[in-house]
Amino acid sequence: MKIESHLAQIGSVKEPVTGAVSFPVYQATAFRHPKLGQSTGFDYARTKSPTRTVLEEAAAQLESGDAGFACSSGMAALTTIFALFSQGDHLIVSLDLYGGTYRLLERIMSRYGVTASYVDTNDLDGMTELLQSNTKAVLIETPTNPLMMITDLERVSAWAKSKGLLTIVDNTLLTPFFQRPIELGADIVVHSATKYLGGHNDVLAGLIVTKGKELSEQMAFLHNSLGAVLGPQDSWLLMRGMKTLALRMERHQLNATAIANYLLEHEAIEDVYYPALPHHPGHDVQNKQSSGNTGIFSFRLKDARYVEPILRHIKLIAFAESLGGVESLMTYPAVQTHADIPVEIRQKIGVDDRLLRFSVGIEHADDLIADLEQALAAAKREVQEA
Amino acid sequence: MSDRHNLEKIAERSFATKLLHFGAEIDEQTGASSTPIFQASTFHQADIMEPPHHDYSRSGNPTREALENYIALLEGGTRGFAFASGMAAISTAFMLLSAGDHVIVTEDVYGGTYRLLTAVLTRFNIETTFVDMTDFEQVTNALKPNTKAVFMETPSNPTLKITDIGRVTGWAKENGLLTMLDNTFMTPYHQRPFELGVDIVLHSATKFLSGHSDVLAGLAVTNDEALGRRLYQLQNGLGAVLSAHESWLLMRGMKTLQARMEHSERSARRLAAWLNDHPEVTRVYYPGLEDHPGRDIHEKQSKGYGAVVSFDVGSGERAASLLSRVQLPLVAVSLGAVESILSYPAKMSHAAMPREVRYERGITDGLVRYSVGLEDIEDLIADLDAALRG
Repeated sequence: MKIESHLAQIGSVKEPVTGAVSFPVYQATAFRHPKLGQSTGFDYARTKSPTRTVLEEAAAQLESGDAGFACSSGMAALTTIFALFSQGDHLIVSLDLYGGTYRLLERIMSRYGVTASYVDTNDLDGMTELLQSNTKAVLIETPTNPLMMITDLERVSAWAKSKGLLTIVDNTLLTPFFQRPIELGADIVVHSATKYLGGHNDVLAGLIVTKGKELSEQMAFLHNSLGAVLGPQDSWLLMRGMKTLALRMERHQLNATAIANYLLEHEAIEDVYYPALPHHPGHDVQNKQSSGNTGIFSFRLKDARYVEPILRHIKLIAFAESLGGVESLMTYPAVQTHADIPVEIRQKIGVDDRLLRFSVGIEHADDLIADLEQALAAAKREVQEA
Repeated sequence: MSDRHNLEKIAERSFATKLLHFGAEIDEQTGASSTPIFQASTFHQADIMEPPHHDYSRSGNPTREALENYIALLEGGTRGFAFASGMAAISTAFMLLSAGDHVIVTEDVYGGTYRLLTAVLTRFNIETTFVDMTDFEQVTNALKPNTKAVFMETPSNPTLKITDIGRVTGWAKENGLLTMLDNTFMTPYHQRPFELGVDIVLHSATKFLSGHSDVLAGLAVTNDEALGRRLYQLQNGLGAVLSAHESWLLMRGMKTLQARMEHSERSARRLAAWLNDHPEVTRVYYPGLEDHPGRDIHEKQSKGYGAVVSFDVGSGERAASLLSRVQLPLVAVSLGAVESILSYPAKMSHAAMPREVRYERGITDGLVRYSVGLEDIEDLIADLDAALRG
C-alpha cells in the first residue's frame, strides 16, 4: 500500500465493538483489571492509552520504525530522547538548529553534564574532528530551520554507525510523506507534530519513532517515567490532521515553489533559501533522499528596513511563530524562533535581521503573491519616504 | 481575565466560593459561562514591536493560563504551572536541580517518583537519600554538603504516614534547601503547604482535583517570583505542558472539588472505622483513626483526613481473592475519582520498587488501597464485606 492510503486510513475501523470509522477518544486515565495480575493491555493512561496507541502505531509505520511515542510537544519529545543520555555524554548537533532545541541543550542538559558541539552536519571532516571518546549521538535537522541546509542522511548515518553513534533526525519539515530517515539509516526520528503532521495550527504535539527493540524499550521506559505524554483529545486531533497530510504537503510544495520563484525575481530580495530551487546547494541531495519539498522557505531582504513594514502590511499572511499549518505564517527568526541562539552563532549560519521565514499555507498561490506584492510595495514606499 | 483589583478580592473569598468564582469563570469577550478551549498552537502578532501576551501554546495558552491561575489561587501561591501528567510536573520540578546535587525524599514516595529518581535522574548524577520522614532525625541526618532539596509526600502513598511539614520546612530553610511537597492526597481544600513554608506544591491533578478518572494532568505552584521564573523556563524549555482541552476538563472537575472531597471523606472515615473492627483485616492505615501515629501532626496541618484508606488483609492470596470478588470499586491503578477505586500497590503503583524495599516500607503483598468515591457508603461496605468474607 502507498503512503497516501496509510495516511487516509489512520485509526479507521480499528474500534471492534461499534466499527466506528473514526477511532474513539478514550478520555480515561484508569483501566479496570479483569482479574488481579491480568490486564487489558491498558492500566494507566500515562503508560498506555488507547487513542494515543493508534496514533503511535501509525507514526511507527509511516516512519518505517518499530515503535512510536506521542509527547505533549515537540520539545517534550526531544527532552524524552535526551534522557537516553547520561552525565558525561557528548552530542554532535546541526549548527543551524531550532532555538528551542539549542536552549534545551545549552541551558538545561548542560547542567547534567550532557554537552553538545554544533557543526554543519554535511561536513564529515568537521564532525570527525569533533568526535570525542564520550560522543554518543548525532542530531540532524534536514532541511535546517530557517536556512534550509540539507544533510545527506545516508552518508552521515553510515558514518555515525561506523563510529558507534546513534543518529537522531528531526523530520518535522518534510514529514514521512516526503522523507523517511529510518530507511536512510537513522535510529530515531523526532517530530514537532504541531507543524505539518497536525497541519492546522491547533494541536501542540511531539512524536518519536525508534528503530530496534532495545532502543524502543528504553524509549518506552523514559516516555512513561518522565510522563510528558500526549492527551487523548490531542492524539485524536493529530490523527485527524494526518489523514490529509499527503494532500496538504503536495499543495504546500506547489505554493512554496511558485512563491519562492516569484521572490527570487523581486528587486527587494537578495536571495531565497529553498531546496527546490536549482541554485540551492542542497538541491541534488534533497532530490536523492526525499520525494518532495517542504512548504517553508526563508528569504533575505536587501535592506533590513523593509522587515518591519512588510510584517505590518501583510494581510492574508499572519505574522506568528510556528509553521506547517494550512494558514500562511511569516516569522522573523532573529527575534522569534531563534532569539535564544547567541548572536555569533546566528550570524555564522546567516540568521540576521534581514531574514524572514515564510510558512506557505494552502491558500491560492496568486492571493499569497498578491499579498506579498502589496506589502513589499508599501515597504518600499515607507523606506523611500523615511 | 479580570483585573488585579478583582483578583485581590477573589483571594479573600472562602474556598468553596473561590472554586466557582476564580476570575476566569466567565469569558470576558462573549460572556460565556466557561473559559473557551483555545485549541490553537500559535497566535497572530499584530505588532512586531510589541510581542503579544501569548505567542506559542507551549510557552503559554489562554485556557491553560486560566487553569494555572486557578490552582495558584487555590493553593495561595503566586504562579501555577500545568503539565501533561503528575510525573511530568515532578520531573520538571526535579530539573531545577543539577548534576552533583543531592535530594532528601520521603521513603514511601509514589512509585513513579521513586523510579524517576533511581532510574533516570541517577544518570544525571542527582543523588537521593530516602528517609522515613515521620522521624525528623532521619531527615536531618541525611543532610550532606551537596543537599539542595527536600521532597515530601504527606499523607504518603499508600501507608498514609504523616510528615510534620512545618518542622521540615523550618529546618530546610535554615539549611538553604528547597522544599517540594506532593499535595495530591489532600488537595488545597484540606492542606495548603505554602502556609507551612513549602516552596513548590505539586499535584497529580489526575486524582482528586480532576476527580473523574478522565484527565491525565500535573500541576505545580510556587509562591516566590524568582523560583516561579525558573520553573517557567523549565516548563517552556522541556515542553511537558498540558493541552488546552485537558486544561478545560480539569477546571471543570475542580469546580466540584469541595463537594466531592466532603462526601468522599465522610465515607472514608466510616469505612476506616468499619475496617478497623473487621476480623479479616489485620491493619488499617487512615490518618483519621484514633491510633494512627501521625494523627496529631496531621490535624495540626490539615483540615481533613482525605478519602484514601489502605488496609492489610494478611497475604497476597487473600488480597487476590478480595480483588476478584469486589463488585463496586474499579480494580485499577489511580485514585481520587467519583467512582471508588481499589488498587493493589505491590503490583500496580509500587511495582517499580524492589520487593525488599517495598516490605521495609510496609507495602506488603496483603496491602490494598481503597480510594473512596461518591457511591453510597452502605453499598460500598456491603460489597467489601461480602468480598472479604467470601
